[in-house]
Amino acid sequence: MELNVLWFILITVLFVGFFFLEGFDYGVGILLPFLGKNDTERRMLIQTIGPVWDGNEVWMITAGGALFAAFPSAYATLFSGFYLALFLLLLGLIVRGAAFEFRSRDESPGWRSTWDGMIFIGSFLPALLWGVAVTNLIQGVPINDKMQYVGTFFDLLSLYTVVGGLAFLLVFTFHGSLFLTLKVEKGNLMERARKIALAVGVAAAVVFLGLVGLTYTNTGLFRNSGAAVSLLAAVLAFVFAYCFVYGRRFGLAFVLNSLSVALTTAAFFWGLFPRLMVSSLNPEWSLTIYNAASTPYTLKIMTIAALILVPVILLYQGWTYWVFRKRVTAKDLEY
Amino acid sequence: MTELLLARWQFGITTTYHFLFVPLTLGLSILLAIMETIYVRTGNQRYKKMTQFWGKLFLINFALGVVTGIVQEFHFGMNWSEYSRFMGDIFGAPLAMEALTAFFLESTFLGLWIFGWERLPKRLHAATIWIVALASNLSAFWILVANSFMQSPVGYVLRNGRAEMIDFTALVTNPYVAFQYSHTFFSALTTAGVFVTAISAYYLLKESYREYFLPSFRLGVVCMLLGAVLAGGTGHLQAQNIAKVQPMKLAAVEALWETDSSAPLALYASIDEEKRLNSSEISIPGALSFMVHNSFTGEVKGINNLQAEYTAEFGPGNYIPQVTPLFWSFHIMFLTGGWLVLLAALGVLLLLTGRLESQRWFLWAALWTLPVPYIANSTGWFVTEIGRQPWIVYGLQRVEQAVSPGVPAPSIWISLIGFTLVYGVLALSAVYLGRKIILQGPDIGHGREQQQSKATKEAALWS
Repeated sequence: MELNVLWFILITVLFVGFFFLEGFDYGVGILLPFLGKNDTERRMLIQTIGPVWDGNEVWMITAGGALFAAFPSAYATLFSGFYLALFLLLLGLIVRGAAFEFRSRDESPGWRSTWDGMIFIGSFLPALLWGVAVTNLIQGVPINDKMQYVGTFFDLLSLYTVVGGLAFLLVFTFHGSLFLTLKVEKGNLMERARKIALAVGVAAAVVFLGLVGLTYTNTGLFRNSGAAVSLLAAVLAFVFAYCFVYGRRFGLAFVLNSLSVALTTAAFFWGLFPRLMVSSLNPEWSLTIYNAASTPYTLKIMTIAALILVPVILLYQGWTYWVFRKRVTAKDLEY
Repeated sequence: MTELLLARWQFGITTTYHFLFVPLTLGLSILLAIMETIYVRTGNQRYKKMTQFWGKLFLINFALGVVTGIVQEFHFGMNWSEYSRFMGDIFGAPLAMEALTAFFLESTFLGLWIFGWERLPKRLHAATIWIVALASNLSAFWILVANSFMQSPVGYVLRNGRAEMIDFTALVTNPYVAFQYSHTFFSALTTAGVFVTAISAYYLLKESYREYFLPSFRLGVVCMLLGAVLAGGTGHLQAQNIAKVQPMKLAAVEALWETDSSAPLALYASIDEEKRLNSSEISIPGALSFMVHNSFTGEVKGINNLQAEYTAEFGPGNYIPQVTPLFWSFHIMFLTGGWLVLLAALGVLLLLTGRLESQRWFLWAALWTLPVPYIANSTGWFVTEIGRQPWIVYGLQRVEQAVSPGVPAPSIWISLIGFTLVYGVLALSAVYLGRKIILQGPDIGHGREQQQSKATKEAALWS
């Protein structure tokens, strides 16, 4: 296999990992103010992702680094073009990371609710913005013949991309609520997590179907049979996930929704392939895995590193989930 | 202000702010690992409490290091897209390596460390903080490989209108990396040493929790002495290397305008950048030549001569970085470093002679020294980065060629103001929490926990 193709796949894998893992911890952060009725409950909710959220976020950082190393021109065009969107994303991630660390270190209710608000904003914004970004990539943005983005921030917002943002937001929230049904002790809070999953799930389903429909009308994704099958399989997996959460089979529900997130991500990247960013001005000016790539030498070095390291990373990160596999109880919060 | 200037300000602010937290993370993680290892080997609960107390402060600092680090990785693409395009083939690789080899380890094992006190066997738990320490320092290594390329490019060829990597090994074994990394590492060790020493001094002055903070002080001050002496030594070697690969930087930090076969070391200079001379200076004759060449008669190139050389080599232009901030940054770094060596040596001496706690003036001095390593670290980076001007990659690409052409000034203003405000609020919150933790002291443990306020229990969640 060509290294350019391999790196496209690797970056897809990194995004799949990122959306699957950080998807549920964004979801938990978004649900924090709604599910956590009191401080103990909120701390239980945070505790469910406490040991893992930072490791999950590294998937995104690695995806950024990998894009820089493998397709520097795509990194340059994307990051300078989506400037203000990324600024908001970063702002969200900054306050979120600080909030996890800061909130419980002071007992005043004002302090805690402020940082809880930051966790909410810092989870809500990135979830929404990643949806906007991914749908923009495939729909196409104004990129000129010099690989420069020539639009503004508002050019990134269309019906399609806003629906994309909302779909990501709601699916991640659903994903987070399913995660919580597995991670908080059996009882009142878990029941409320299920209830909220059922409610959010309906909204997510509607918007997600809207996204699929608009993807059909606004992009060329469905011309690629692999991507189309992948996206429709994602819809199917989502429906099953919803049925399972209704039927209280939480483990299966979470697995299927994870599959849905993974398949959706894969579908969008598959639909992009071999492009990385579509130019809406002229298809010739799109950034591809060839015209935006690093040299074969650099790709080779990076391939060796990635193929050795990614399996190891999966092992120890997986082990963390095993160590913290028990449901979180109110007792866990005090040693 | 132009886009270029705004983008430079943003780079300066975000990088300096990020590096307020990094050195403590690099150094304190090692000290935590040592403390916890002592606890595991001796079973002494006091060391466990010590580890947890310093751990709380470490985590607040670590969190801010991480969140500001995300901006670091993104802003090359955001503000410097043409740099990313021109250099990405080379510069992207160490950044990706950093994420793959270090960030995953660091974040995953820190999560295990924070939440695993009750879940993991003792030895394994101690191993997690060692891994965090190793991974943090590994991440510093990769990012300095990337920065070293900017300072002293190696292993590349100019092809297809960009710099392309032809030798990854050369990138990693770049002499610049060895000097810069060792200097950074020992500076980080010094920072952690001062941090632990200063806060321990506060408790010793208050005469409370002596059983925790005398051992902490010992560990801190030894670390500080080791770090400061070696940071000085590696700094000297680094300067000698810079004389070879970035002569303009060396000339500028010393405000040496004319080439001199027996160059003086200026202690004070009244710099006139317009006329390109020092209107007055106080200097030690021949000392700069000695520092650079280990002999009083070695030629050191001057700014004006280098300007002429570069004009001949790269075409017309101004190749002189801002001499005044460079001169003073370098000299402040030098002085603060010297102060830290003295203080640490004195501290070790007082410890050995058993007179530490009777010499309250020394404890006060140690406490007030807390900001000093932060000044040294920041000025060090000012020297490194301002001294690179006008180049973003030395001799290959100028800063003005690197800036994103498609990002208008208002966008940069928005992000500059936004980040700076949020950074300010976070810094204040961190200081507030740090102060609170220090005032609370290390909590006394399980037996007394019931009588403690709910607040401490709440705080214990994260420790």
